[in-house]
Amino acid sequence: MKISKEELLHIANLSDLKISESEIDKYLENLEDILEYTNVLESASIEELDETIGANDNENVFRKDEIKEFEGRDALLQNAPDLEDDMFRIPKVIN
Amino acid sequence: MEEITTLTVHELSKKLENKELTSEKIVEAYAKRIEEKEKDVGAFVTVTAQQALEEAKRIDSENIDRENNKYAGIPIGIKDNICTKGVKTTCSSKMLENFVAPYDATVTQKINSEMLPSLGKLNMDEFAMGSSTENSAIKVTHNPWDLNKVPGGSSGGSAAAVAANMVPWALGSDTGGSIREPASFCGVVGLKPTYGLVSRYGLVAFASSLDQIGPITKDVEDSAILLNMIAGHDEMDSTSYDIPKIDYTASLKNDIKGKKIGVPKEFFGEGINEEVKTKLREAIEIYKELGAVVEDCSLDVAEYSLATYYIIACAEASSNLGRFDGIRYGYRAKDFSNLKELFTNSRTEAFGDEVKRRIILGTYVLSSGYYDAYYKKAQKVRTLVKNKFDECFKKYDVLLTPVAPTTAFEIGSKLNNPMEMYLADICTVSINIASVPAISIPCGVDSKGMPIGMQLIGNRFNEETILNVAYAFEQKIEFRENYKPSC
Amino acid sequence: MSREDYEVVIGLEVHAELSTRTKIFCSCSTEFGANENTHVCPICTAMPGALPKLNEKVVEYAVKAGLATNCSISQDSKNDRKNYFYPDLPKSYQISQFDKPLCNHGYVEIEDDDGNKKKVRILRIHIEEDAGKLNHDEYSSGSLVDLNRAGVPLIEIVSEPDLRSSGEADRYLKKLKSILQYINVSDCKMEEGSLRADVNVSIHKPGTELGTRHEMKNINSFKAIQRAIEYEIDSQIDDAENGKVIQQETMRWDDLEGRTFPMRSKEDAQDYRYFPDPDLVAIKLSDEYINNIKENLPELPESRKVRYMEEIGLSEKDADALVSSRRFSDIFEEAGKICNDYKSVCNWLTSDISRILNEGEMDPEEIPFKAKELAELVSLINDGTISSKIGKKVLEELFKEPRSPKKIIEEKGWVQISDESEIKEVVMTVLEANPQSIVDFKAGKDRALGFLVGQAMKATKGKANPQMLNKMFLEELKK
Repeated sequence: MKISKEELLHIANLSDLKISESEIDKYLENLEDILEYTNVLESASIEELDETIGANDNENVFRKDEIKEFEGRDALLQNAPDLEDDMFRIPKVIN
Repeated sequence: MEEITTLTVHELSKKLENKELTSEKIVEAYAKRIEEKEKDVGAFVTVTAQQALEEAKRIDSENIDRENNKYAGIPIGIKDNICTKGVKTTCSSKMLENFVAPYDATVTQKINSEMLPSLGKLNMDEFAMGSSTENSAIKVTHNPWDLNKVPGGSSGGSAAAVAANMVPWALGSDTGGSIREPASFCGVVGLKPTYGLVSRYGLVAFASSLDQIGPITKDVEDSAILLNMIAGHDEMDSTSYDIPKIDYTASLKNDIKGKKIGVPKEFFGEGINEEVKTKLREAIEIYKELGAVVEDCSLDVAEYSLATYYIIACAEASSNLGRFDGIRYGYRAKDFSNLKELFTNSRTEAFGDEVKRRIILGTYVLSSGYYDAYYKKAQKVRTLVKNKFDECFKKYDVLLTPVAPTTAFEIGSKLNNPMEMYLADICTVSINIASVPAISIPCGVDSKGMPIGMQLIGNRFNEETILNVAYAFEQKIEFRENYKPSC
Repeated sequence: MSREDYEVVIGLEVHAELSTRTKIFCSCSTEFGANENTHVCPICTAMPGALPKLNEKVVEYAVKAGLATNCSISQDSKNDRKNYFYPDLPKSYQISQFDKPLCNHGYVEIEDDDGNKKKVRILRIHIEEDAGKLNHDEYSSGSLVDLNRAGVPLIEIVSEPDLRSSGEADRYLKKLKSILQYINVSDCKMEEGSLRADVNVSIHKPGTELGTRHEMKNINSFKAIQRAIEYEIDSQIDDAENGKVIQQETMRWDDLEGRTFPMRSKEDAQDYRYFPDPDLVAIKLSDEYINNIKENLPELPESRKVRYMEEIGLSEKDADALVSSRRFSDIFEEAGKICNDYKSVCNWLTSDISRILNEGEMDPEEIPFKAKELAELVSLINDGTISSKIGKKVLEELFKEPRSPKKIIEEKGWVQISDESEIKEVVMTVLEANPQSIVDFKAGKDRALGFLVGQAMKATKGKANPQMLNKMFLEELKK
């Protein structure tokens, strides 16, 4: 599986990661290695099979519509790198 | 009293019961041991021995009903991807270096209600991605049997701490072998429960459909005891199963007569080290002596599983790790001029190479145009792998395989070749893909004295059988009595 | 250029907040207007390790909405992750539904621009979570994220591109809103953002291929949606006439400027990488579950309308006006039952109350008084305690400060004068002051009577009983 540099950079952009020029080759090599390994799946006989969706066969697991207030709000907000008026501050976003 | 830290939990419990020991004495002994050994082993990200000591004193001072709280006051160590309220949970990542969870994971609540004081948070591969704990952004953990070697991963801190007697037992997590492989490398017992048996609420997600929390202990009995504490349905985890409570210690019996053990030949192929194979063949002979029916069988899933594993695990991880965006918690880059840069710089600076590699791979396999060829196909192969395990369990109670192709390797020896590192998981990942339980127990050492692990795989929710089969073997070979780590 | 040369194609994606007590995946309250970041917990703020658990009411409400819009309900459904980075989306993925929505292939009926009945097809209805809110303070150098709304449940109702004008779009939206209110799954308060729409507009010449569409995101008032559609139609026709190629684009409607702007460039085209959420399990609804909801579905507007026409004898126009809003219809039924005068209640609602709402640009939901107060007003007029003219003043008071109409007329001294001697006094005074009218009346000019009654009303500030005035003037004039 050959992956182009542009494709790699597009994927990195979707992941909000930056890959520097010097890292590109290494990333491409690693990615191609593992994708090549996944070629073994070509020989799996899966035509008749459904996809596994979720790891178990639980179904209809629901919660009652009852309010339960979380009591650790302050501890939760304390982790914020930049908090103002109990809100998370970010660079100005113009909508 | 050098003995205390070498005792198993069930032994400590007896000594607490007949008042030979107090919780304070036990925790003190561990605090001292950690102080001595941490610089060599490097198992801890955060040590909370002081708090544990306070709690131990409180437990001693209260008149605990020992009948119902047999293990109250015996400390524990927790892998650093399990949330602990008020104590840092870093996932061994620069991203969460200063993160203090505002809530307890369900398993943390459970061990709190069992009154097990926590000695601290244990090192791991960053976000549980790795097989050697070398991907920790905090420190390198060394194998107590040979400090130049890796402890395995990703729960390397947990396994090393148990092996080096720095904690009596520990919690780990296993997505593709992260409990069993380090247990094998460190000569301790590691159990990956059936998916859905233990709540994942509060376990920082790597791959949601594969992650399970499980015990890492000195012996099989302790494993059953800790599993008793953490197993059970949780309202907070939709994937947790609602099944009747089982007492796993009831299966700790020597009798395994007539138990059918299958040995899948595909797990003994050319990639597996000869010494590992030899020890496992010896183990098979021991099982025959114990009265089990051992047969060769076929389970052609190892390579499919590894390929499937890396697609599914990375896909889920790429999404699970999206929340680390530098806004509500975690690392935030110093320099950015707009929102996109805030996200990108924070993530690029704070995630390690392996984490980034897996996010990239996961994003790729989910991206438009590739989803069907990779993710969708992998989900189908997952069904195939499950079916093949189901077939085997129609015939056998337990499957016996190696845990890892080799014993612990030298620190740094595989760092430059991710694919080679991934192959270390070849024997373990299919278990997660099939959602079945498996235990890793030591079955001997290689010519250099490094422990070799044996994996016993059971059918879904049949932890009792693998505990039984593991226990009988352990009683027979007395590994702990015969072999001890150098550290 | 001419508009008539083009056919307009509009499709709507309507987001309605469900009126559950708690969020879709955690137990935080959905209450509107709380202090910033107070309705938050590890789950809706995406703390590491937190897991979602689906609110059963969300499924129930979505199924109700599906049944009320003639959809088939899927018995095999699931939740999927839609991945993208944005600061109002804590997990960096939205839990939504991709290929297995809860409801498929329904329709609602509206009138087209010529007044004919028309079915607007609904492609699907799915459940998903709302995002948080970004506050932009012009004095601050940044934006501030409030996650109270993150995780509030939404249904997204996706129509087929069946709408042909802004008027049809408007009627479709109003119809949907009224249905959702009738079945009690959303309060559809646009001012609180609980009903919003993404609007897709394209144009083409009849007989040619469909045009390239522009999508306008998140418009939250009926008026704005109509204006945005009108703007897009004009601008697209302009472009087409001038030979400009219309690009597929996401636009932002600026209500102040009255125009649309492109939102993002093609370079950062989205790829949402949908995949099944492994933290959640399959939703498999049984026939029994679905039938049970179907049987307990509240009466829908269509059926109420028929009932009003057949049982109460209202005109189709009046019946339509009443059922256009759940609040209207509820007030009508309740007040009519109390005062046993449905027709008067209908008149109040369709004339004076509607007029006041229009003048104040208010929704029927914003009517501040209760049905029993309107019923009391009607009864007070019917039993002669007040005139209908005073009644209108009472209504205005009810809008200002809702309270019992009886109290209002007492406070204001508006009780109708029905005392015979008092009326007589007024009649005599007016007659004395207007001798010419007496002459006119006797000369056969009936209008003179009306004038005299009017004078008497004026003198009593509208409080005199008009029937009694009439009768007494006649008696005196005939003497």
